[in-house]
Amino acid sequence: MELGKFKLGGTQLKQSDIDRGKVLTLAQTPDLEYAWDDGVAIGRYLEELKNGKIIARKCNKCGRIMIPPRMFCELCWRATDEWVYCKDTGTVNTYSLCHVNWDASRIPEGEPLHLPALIHIDGASPGMGILHVLGEVDPDRIKIGMKVKAVWKKPGEREGSITDIMHFKPLRAARKKSKKKKSGGR
Amino acid sequence: MIGKVAITGLGYTEFSAGSPGTSFRELTYEAAAKAYNEVGIEPKDIDTFVCTSEDFCEGYSISDEYCNDQLGAVLKPVQTIPGDAIHSLAVGTMLVLTGQFDIVAVQALSKLSNMKTIPNMVNFAFDPILNRPLDEHYSYVSGLAMNRFLHDGKATREQCARVVVKNRANALQNPVAAYAADLTLDNVLDSEPVSEPVRLLDLAQVADGAIVFVICSEQTARSLTDNPIWVKGVGWSTDSPSLESRDWGNAVSTRLAGDMAYKMAGIKYPAREIDLAEVTDEVSFKELEYIEALRLFEPGRAGLALEDGRTTRGGDLPVNVSGGDLGVGHLFEAAGAQKLMEIVLQLRGTAGSRQIANAHTGLAQAWRGEPTTSAAVAILSNK
Amino acid sequence: MSQKVAIVGAGITKFVRRAQETGKELAWQASKMALDSCGLSLKDIDSVSLGTAPDAFDGVHMKGEYLSDGSGGWRKPYMRQFVGGGTGVFAPIHGWMHVASGMFDTCLVVCSEKMSTCYPHPQGAFLTIFDHTTEQALDPTLIWIFALEYNRYMETYGLTKRDIAPVSVKNKKNAMDHPSAQLPMDITVDDVLNSELLAWPVNRLDISPASDGAAAIVLAGEHAAKRITDKPVWIDGVGWNLDTAYWATRDLSYPRYVEKAARMAYDMAGIKEPRREIEIAEPYDPFTYKELHHMEGLLLADRGEAPQLLADGVTQRDGDRPMCPSGGALGVGNPISATGLMKVIEIFLQLRGEAEKRQVPGNPTCGLAQAWGDLMQVGTVVVMRR
Repeated sequence: MELGKFKLGGTQLKQSDIDRGKVLTLAQTPDLEYAWDDGVAIGRYLEELKNGKIIARKCNKCGRIMIPPRMFCELCWRATDEWVYCKDTGTVNTYSLCHVNWDASRIPEGEPLHLPALIHIDGASPGMGILHVLGEVDPDRIKIGMKVKAVWKKPGEREGSITDIMHFKPLRAARKKSKKKKSGGR
Repeated sequence: MIGKVAITGLGYTEFSAGSPGTSFRELTYEAAAKAYNEVGIEPKDIDTFVCTSEDFCEGYSISDEYCNDQLGAVLKPVQTIPGDAIHSLAVGTMLVLTGQFDIVAVQALSKLSNMKTIPNMVNFAFDPILNRPLDEHYSYVSGLAMNRFLHDGKATREQCARVVVKNRANALQNPVAAYAADLTLDNVLDSEPVSEPVRLLDLAQVADGAIVFVICSEQTARSLTDNPIWVKGVGWSTDSPSLESRDWGNAVSTRLAGDMAYKMAGIKYPAREIDLAEVTDEVSFKELEYIEALRLFEPGRAGLALEDGRTTRGGDLPVNVSGGDLGVGHLFEAAGAQKLMEIVLQLRGTAGSRQIANAHTGLAQAWRGEPTTSAAVAILSNK
Repeated sequence: MSQKVAIVGAGITKFVRRAQETGKELAWQASKMALDSCGLSLKDIDSVSLGTAPDAFDGVHMKGEYLSDGSGGWRKPYMRQFVGGGTGVFAPIHGWMHVASGMFDTCLVVCSEKMSTCYPHPQGAFLTIFDHTTEQALDPTLIWIFALEYNRYMETYGLTKRDIAPVSVKNKKNAMDHPSAQLPMDITVDDVLNSELLAWPVNRLDISPASDGAAAIVLAGEHAAKRITDKPVWIDGVGWNLDTAYWATRDLSYPRYVEKAARMAYDMAGIKEPRREIEIAEPYDPFTYKELHHMEGLLLADRGEAPQLLADGVTQRDGDRPMCPSGGALGVGNPISATGLMKVIEIFLQLRGEAEKRQVPGNPTCGLAQAWGDLMQVGTVVVMRR
């Protein structure tokens, strides 16, 4: 059989076909609401985020300190053993400079780009990353391997969500800030 | 295919109206760990995994992404069936029969307590142009079907209500059932009308729970367990998805699925050869409709058989001893898994206070719920 | 296995940005063509397997039920399978399982996708693919994860966008000979690099389009196949694999799940030296870098070496190891599940010597198709021989 010998289906419509009412459409928006049970592991993770801390879970068999935490080790197939606090610093494993929104519309000129990054958290096992966004940084100066630190919402504004961390910012700038604070304190 | 594929391991959680404090992952992990422990295997011993999941039920638009970690199935051949768990059992059976896979895990989960707008979600399964704009609660389809069923004289309204009384009472003997109750016929008949003739107590209520099976080839089954439950036959089918052109009042897909499974199992006289059945009773009358479609009773006799006590736990062909969807809870895609589970427990002789004497061959059937016409059947045997 | 399984017929629609046809109608067009191509009718079909990606595209919950009549499933053993973006190449695997089990002699395998229904853009369907608690709150978009993986791939092997962009040039050019093609183009590497920047490092021409379309194949067991056609193409190896959903904990530079799937398929097909034995391949190419990434996972190139093969012309249609001679997702279009099956159909036609202007030289006897999906975690592979 050769495709060229068949009349193929699939009729391309143009936007104008719809605009002019040549074909009719019906618009509907699904109304789906969920209230997810976070469970034991993620429940504690969110609770600690509210406290301004990042917590992981350790499997004593493979030794991995896992984030996000889980009640079972998916590789060793056994219950995990202990809670381990991580630092709120990490390393950029990879990143993107994103110019578009979720619906594929472009972010207007002059508005900040979205800066998603995979961040390997200090204190968790190597390779343990989380998805988050970068901020307080010149997009052109982001590098893979860059050290970053979490920027938290104020304690009263945290609600037990991954967004209790507003973003991660370069650690160097953070260090300068904290030094100032310390010297000021002395 | 007689005797070639067996269910060897079974793990399950309790079924409950909600499971706060436990994530969908943790729920499945519990069931999987029990199933694997039963036969002393680890995930590394399992060749391939079949998960049962439908988009939106758990709030994901690619639901199959999240099925494997909790099964220990990282970097393993895993597939997802957006169907009933009995479809997944059929897939597992086919995989073993290809000769390429020896041990298969089959998973099903309901975490529907987290879904707060179930009527909207089910309405989203209706034809988007022809039916959805009517914007009715999906139970109207059950109302249409039940009315036609009663009109055709297949059973009486009281007989339908009697299904509810029987099944929710059966659930009193099932320690993992969510909706056990001691009801009267009047409780059902006088309950709030939903989409008449369907009343509130005619409808199963949502429950959470997870079930995992281990299935194996014959040789492996015999090495793993002393009480393998053989998958003698599987069958599945569908009728028109369109509300407008389906055969109302005749459960065609269940009949076809049953016939396919009987043929595979070499069963010629289902009413004589099947010792017990677990079928969909998501809406009360469905139980009567399906046991008739499955040729377990003569046309029009299912309701009378119920009145005569033949389908109760002590009857000659007990139906929904577990409590069914009405008593255990409506588990969506996992519904068929709960039915398979009950047959396995009964055929193993481990069904506790609801154990049926001399049960050798059982049938599990599940319908996929409104607005579908898909159904699947499995025939299991301990011989 | 109980019996060998062959592809005996195929059907496909045009891939278009927005089709007038519904998903059901597209499925019917492809299914009818597949049956016609091998002189069968629906009554000859024992079982039907449907592949279709997220319900959110078509905007129908339990989409498999909705598509059942268009796919020929009426009153037949009909079932849907789903492995995300890998669904299209899992389709023949699922059909293979029906026939290889000995339970059925024939299986109609259908893939249909109507992405344009999802408004304003099918990307919206991907909002809810991320972990609901730990990721969705960040408002992630689909392109993020590909940009992150693309960037990681370049960083690991010291590659530049200029090393990767030629995939788009090659595939869009190949698509000029495919009658279903949505985006056939004759472009240069600079065109790709200068196209609209979406999410660095991903530009417009690095990405396959959103599409509507359907494809179907007919599978038959050994005896039935020989009765139906004198040119059966055998499914000799199948493999699939799913990596952890904790995608942020993986090494994104290498698709180990594709390697696992490939090794499973190679073992089943008795392939010991894939680079010598696989003469032609259709790796999944929804993004430019993915074709290269997948060639490495398929063991058809060393890690980080696929860009060199591309530069050397090895993967051109007339090269030693042609990749995506159809034009791939980048050129023919990407109605997710139908794309994977389009790739299977391309290998089917190439091995039968019926690929017309797309025909690769040298009468290939063995080829493979591969797809990938979910949270960059699933690999599906089919090895075919004539």
